[in-house]
Amino acid sequence: MDWMIVLAFISQMVRISVPYTLAAIGGTFSERGGVVNIALEGILLNGAFTCVLATHYTGNPWVGVLAAVAGGVATASVHAVVSITFKAEQIVSGLAINLLAMGATRFFLRIIFGSSSNSERIAGLPEWDVPVLGDIPVLSTIFSSPLILATIVIIFASQFVLFKTSFGLRLRSVGEHPEAADSLGVNVSRVRYAGVLLSGALAGLGGAWLAMDQHSFTDGMSSGRGYIALAAMIVGKWNPLGAAGACLMFGAAESLQMQLQGQDVPTQFIQMIPYVATVVVLAGFIGRSIPPAADGVPYEKERQ
Amino acid sequence: MSPPPKSGTDSPSIPFLKMEGISKQFALVKANDCANLDVNRGEIHALVGENGAGKSTLMRILYGLYRADSGRMYLDGDPVELRSPADAISLGIGMVHQHFMLVPPLSVTENVVLGSEPLRAGVVLDLKGAAERVKELSETFALAVDPDARVEELSVGAQQRVEIVKILFRGARLLILDEPTAVLTPQETESLFVILRRLKEQGKTIIFITHKLSEVMEISDSVTVMRHGKVVGDLKTAETNTEELATLMVGRKVLLEVEKGAPARGETVLELKDVHALGASKVPTLRGISLRVCSGEILGVAGVQGNGQTELVEVITGLRKPSSGSLRLLERDITGLSPREMLKLGVAHIPEDRLKRGLVPAFTVSENLILGSHFRPPFAGRLWLRREDIFENARSVLRRFDVRPQAPALPARSLSGGNQQKLIVGRELSRDPKLLVASQPTRGVDIGAIEFIHRNLIAQRDRGCAVLLVSADLSEILSLSDRIAVIYEGRIVGTVDSTQADEKKLGMMMMTGVLAKEDGNGAGES
Ligand SMILES: Nc1ncnc2c1ncn2[C@@H]1O[C@H](COP(=O)(O)OP(=O)(O)OP(=O)(O)O)[C@@H](O)[C@H]1O
Ligand SMILES: [Mg+2]
Repeated sequence: MDWMIVLAFISQMVRISVPYTLAAIGGTFSERGGVVNIALEGILLNGAFTCVLATHYTGNPWVGVLAAVAGGVATASVHAVVSITFKAEQIVSGLAINLLAMGATRFFLRIIFGSSSNSERIAGLPEWDVPVLGDIPVLSTIFSSPLILATIVIIFASQFVLFKTSFGLRLRSVGEHPEAADSLGVNVSRVRYAGVLLSGALAGLGGAWLAMDQHSFTDGMSSGRGYIALAAMIVGKWNPLGAAGACLMFGAAESLQMQLQGQDVPTQFIQMIPYVATVVVLAGFIGRSIPPAADGVPYEKERQ
Repeated sequence: MSPPPKSGTDSPSIPFLKMEGISKQFALVKANDCANLDVNRGEIHALVGENGAGKSTLMRILYGLYRADSGRMYLDGDPVELRSPADAISLGIGMVHQHFMLVPPLSVTENVVLGSEPLRAGVVLDLKGAAERVKELSETFALAVDPDARVEELSVGAQQRVEIVKILFRGARLLILDEPTAVLTPQETESLFVILRRLKEQGKTIIFITHKLSEVMEISDSVTVMRHGKVVGDLKTAETNTEELATLMVGRKVLLEVEKGAPARGETVLELKDVHALGASKVPTLRGISLRVCSGEILGVAGVQGNGQTELVEVITGLRKPSSGSLRLLERDITGLSPREMLKLGVAHIPEDRLKRGLVPAFTVSENLILGSHFRPPFAGRLWLRREDIFENARSVLRRFDVRPQAPALPARSLSGGNQQKLIVGRELSRDPKLLVASQPTRGVDIGAIEFIHRNLIAQRDRGCAVLLVSADLSEILSLSDRIAVIYEGRIVGTVDSTQADEKKLGMMMMTGVLAKEDGNGAGES
């Protein structure tokens, strides 16, 4: 039946876009505060790894989720110290963290699980039984997942925090004009730290999704999602809702790619779909997307 | 709380604010050197001094942005220690900075509440309540700001009023205004003064920095003069005059009037014929400009801000393409040439916005001094820039144009505003241009430097250069120009000889766009 295919498509699209969305909203918090964060890729990877590790040792997937968030925050804190306290080049810091995360997870994978490719299988999160929504065929798989439900809440909560709270206002102002915020007694470094650590927590949670979805850790499993998330953040014009929308679109492109596999279109072309979609959208459709004015610029108080 | 003591009889001995022995050393300069400042409650206190005298630095210390190396401060007789602007704000001190501290994409209300956000239910920003309060303040003090407007869409004058609202919103008793009039048109300055008087009536104390001594005489109750980081004078406004202040500031007598001989007018250097151009928002802004500047003369362009002056300058320097009409430079058609080609033909440009168009703030002084000549000898070799020549050039320009400190390796942004301006003037004049386009050449510079820049503009004229001078300052136009063209709604509505012009006549033409006929005839006959 046709509509079953449509529902399956939607369900797959949503599942694919979960880690993108979490990382893209994380990136939004970081960059709104003025810190470019390409370390999202490494944070996803570390989050997935700490999740698997904690679940493996405790047998409790919830502990795993917490560990993923903690791992993400820890990774992001390195980026924060390097780029906010030491005012180093933020792209370089991010790249270094990504390379380090690749190497470190591979190393510990070998030491702990004795394999160069994947960990042992871990327990997944229990499914929830949500009334009404859980009764829709196929889509029930979406609404029974605690992480998907959490992501939906996070999208709206983030939009609220960024635009309706004093923290959000301060974050946006230190990303646009840190001198102005400073002149009003706002502690620029502290607010920027908060933005970067928050991005670590969110992208770490995205890592937890990757691990839970697959019930294991595999080497390099973030496979570029952090970078796609950055693109989604830009397409979404540094708004959580916009980022989520962009991620759904990327999810749709990937889902389409999977549905088309096995048809008589050459696979190389099919595999290009998500990337072509990214390029086309970035280049043409969204109009001008203007980053925060002080994005990537370290703040120095008494400039000499 | 007891009612605040009325100023006058009770405690004239305890000033509202006392700063004592304040010193601050930067890497290369001692910006404040044991400076003392006493300000009485409810007065408007002017702070004047040359560029780089340390006025902004002293005020930044008072606002908690910089920490003094030594010295003490008292507010109402109590010693205060300021670790950050937050401390100053909680004591009722507010500051409007020389370069505004506004976040352009945010709304007026968001800018106003930033850092002191009113909350509902502990977390939610109460923007509605804040907007009400902004409206209230705006009405009480005749500030006319719209709480919902986005700051980047406001005029400079309106942005300044937002800064004032920002301070009042925090309940400030002491307002510091760092060169508020430098960026304002004469009309906007008048309305600022109305606001300041109203604030004073309400019992606020105001510190007001300016380079215009006429403003000091008009608005202030007392004056403090700074020089080289020290306070060199503390006077009642009523007991002093502009000459005395000028002498105190500069340390010598200053010529407030420029002396110039009659122009030796030569061939036509620049000629515009029926030039049309679009403005920033794609509306026709130049609507048929025709004018001519000869070698050896200064043509002043007078007009109310926003009548096409900016676009006119941009068209002549190649920064904006005219949509129709023609430009000729020394018999050569230059319509639509690029800024670099114009530069090569001998057009020099002192831009109105020094930070946007005049300098690269992060570059060093010596690098800024070769912008526009960086691609040719002696600064450019075959492959590399020639450091020695670049430094030698910097040293000589800094010396000739008295830019302080004379440090070629300093980033341009560390210079005080007036010294940045001298840097640009120095660079442009040392090109030995055939045509000099000077737009607001003395904005934000001290009287000593104004005298200096004016003398140099006249020296250029006497050398045979054609000078086009655009200025919002009518007295500057009147004292420098040989002829004055009045621009109105994108057209030149009349050109008068400066010997036959006065402020009243020009003012009429600027406001109405018509040449006052009888006046013109009368002047011609007499
Ligand atoms: N952050 C800084 N780092 C290094 N030097 C500085 C800094 N701020 C100011 N200075 C220097 O300190 C001196 C005093 O500068 P300040 O800005 O206080 O002068 P000012 O009196 O406000 O001048 P202006 O009228 O031109 O605004 C100048 O020589 C300036 O170059
Ligand atoms: Mg200053």
